[in-house]
Amino acid sequence: MEFKDNEAIYIQIAAFVSDQILMGKWPAGQKIPSVRDMAVELEVNPNTVMRSYEFLQGLEIIYNKRGLGLFVADDGFEKVKAYRKENFVRQNLPELFKNMYLLGISIDEISLQYQNFQAQQKNELN
Amino acid sequence: MIQINNLNFSYNSKKPLFKNLNLSLKAGHIYGLLGKNGAGKSTLLKNIAGLAFPQSGKCLIDGTESSKRLVSTLQNLYFIAEEVYVPALTPGQFLERTAGFYPAFSITDFYSYLKILDIDPDLLMTKMSYGQQKKMIIAFGLATNTGVLILDEPTNGLDIPSKVQFRKLIASVLNEERCIIISTHQVRDLDSLIDTVLILDDHRIVIENSIDELTEKLFFGVFKDLTGMNVLYEEDTLMGRYAIVENTAGKYGKMDLELLFNAATTNSGKLLNALKPATSHE
Repeated sequence: MEFKDNEAIYIQIAAFVSDQILMGKWPAGQKIPSVRDMAVELEVNPNTVMRSYEFLQGLEIIYNKRGLGLFVADDGFEKVKAYRKENFVRQNLPELFKNMYLLGISIDEISLQYQNFQAQQKNELN
Repeated sequence: MIQINNLNFSYNSKKPLFKNLNLSLKAGHIYGLLGKNGAGKSTLLKNIAGLAFPQSGKCLIDGTESSKRLVSTLQNLYFIAEEVYVPALTPGQFLERTAGFYPAFSITDFYSYLKILDIDPDLLMTKMSYGQQKKMIIAFGLATNTGVLILDEPTNGLDIPSKVQFRKLIASVLNEERCIIISTHQVRDLDSLIDTVLILDDHRIVIENSIDELTEKLFFGVFKDLTGMNVLYEEDTLMGRYAIVENTAGKYGKMDLELLFNAATTNSGKLLNALKPATSHE
C-alpha cells in the first residue's frame, strides 16, 4: 500500500479497512487482520495500526471480542457509509464546488455527466 | 527501559560530543534516531549499549548502568553495528557458538528470518556479500529476542526487496516488552516504521516526540500564502512555500521527516518552542 503525503498514516489505514467493508470484502461479523499481521502487511509500526483500530472502534465500525480479535460490526457497512458521506459533504464537496465555480461549470452539466457515469457503472456490473 | 541522565562524552577533550544529554526510552516503541554526520548518533548508541563509557552522567538499562557490562544487562541487549564483523563460520555454526549468550534466543525465528531475507544458512559468512552479511546479523539480532534492540543504519547495503522484508520483520518483532532504536539517514526507508522521533543536534537531543504528538502540533504542507499562520520553518519550492506551521485547525497531516529534520537542525528555536510543553519525560 502506497501512503499519500497529505493524510496521517493511521487515517489512511482506517480508510483502507473501511474500503474493504464498503466493497463487501469484509462482511459483518468478519474477523479483521490482527494488529501485527496488518503492520507486517503494510510495513508500518504496530502502534499506528493500533491507533487506526481504536479510531474505528470509536466509530463502532469494528468491535473487540475479548481474546478473539476484532470483528466487523453488524451495522459496520452502514456506519462506514454514513461516516464517508459526512466526510464527503464536509471535505470533497466544497472542493468540487470551488472548481465548478472557478471553471464556470453548471450543476446541469455535472448532473448529465453523473447520469452517464451511473449508466456506465450499471453496465459494468451487469 | 533506557534512561540517560546528564550524559557527557567526548573523544577529544576540546570538542565535547554530548553535553548533559538526557533521554528516556520506553518498551513497546520503535525510536528513530536522526542526526547530521558527526553529530554522534553511533556514539550515543554505543553509550547505551555499554560499548563507550560516559565521562560523566549515566546510561541506565532497566536501572543498571550499561557501562558496568553486567551479564544480566548484556544478555538482554543486541547491538547491530553499521559495519558488521563476521567470522569465517556459516550462520548455522555462528548460531551454535553465540546463541547461548541470549536466553530468549529462538532458533526457529533465526532460520525463518534467514529464509525471509534469502540467506543460505550453510554458506561461510566471509564468502557473503556485504549486504548478505548485514542481513545475516539482522536475522541473528532479531532472533535474540532481547528487550533492547539497537540498529545503527540497518538499511545501508540492503537491496530494494530486502528493505521491504526488513520493514516487515521489524513490524513483526515489536512487542510491549521490546524497545527498538534505529539510527538512520535513510528516513524514507523507515518513516512509517518509527513511532517516536529523536533528533540529535548541538550536543543534545533536540526532538524527542512521538509522531502522533508531532502531527497534532505541527502541520506540514505547501502554502501559497502563509499570512496569519505561525510559521515555524519554511523552504522555497516551485509549488510555493513548503512549510511547517503550528497546527491550529486540528488537522492530521502526514509528517515529513526530512523537513522536520531540516527545521530542527537549523534555526530551530521557533519549532522547539512550539513543541516544548509536550516534551515530557514520563
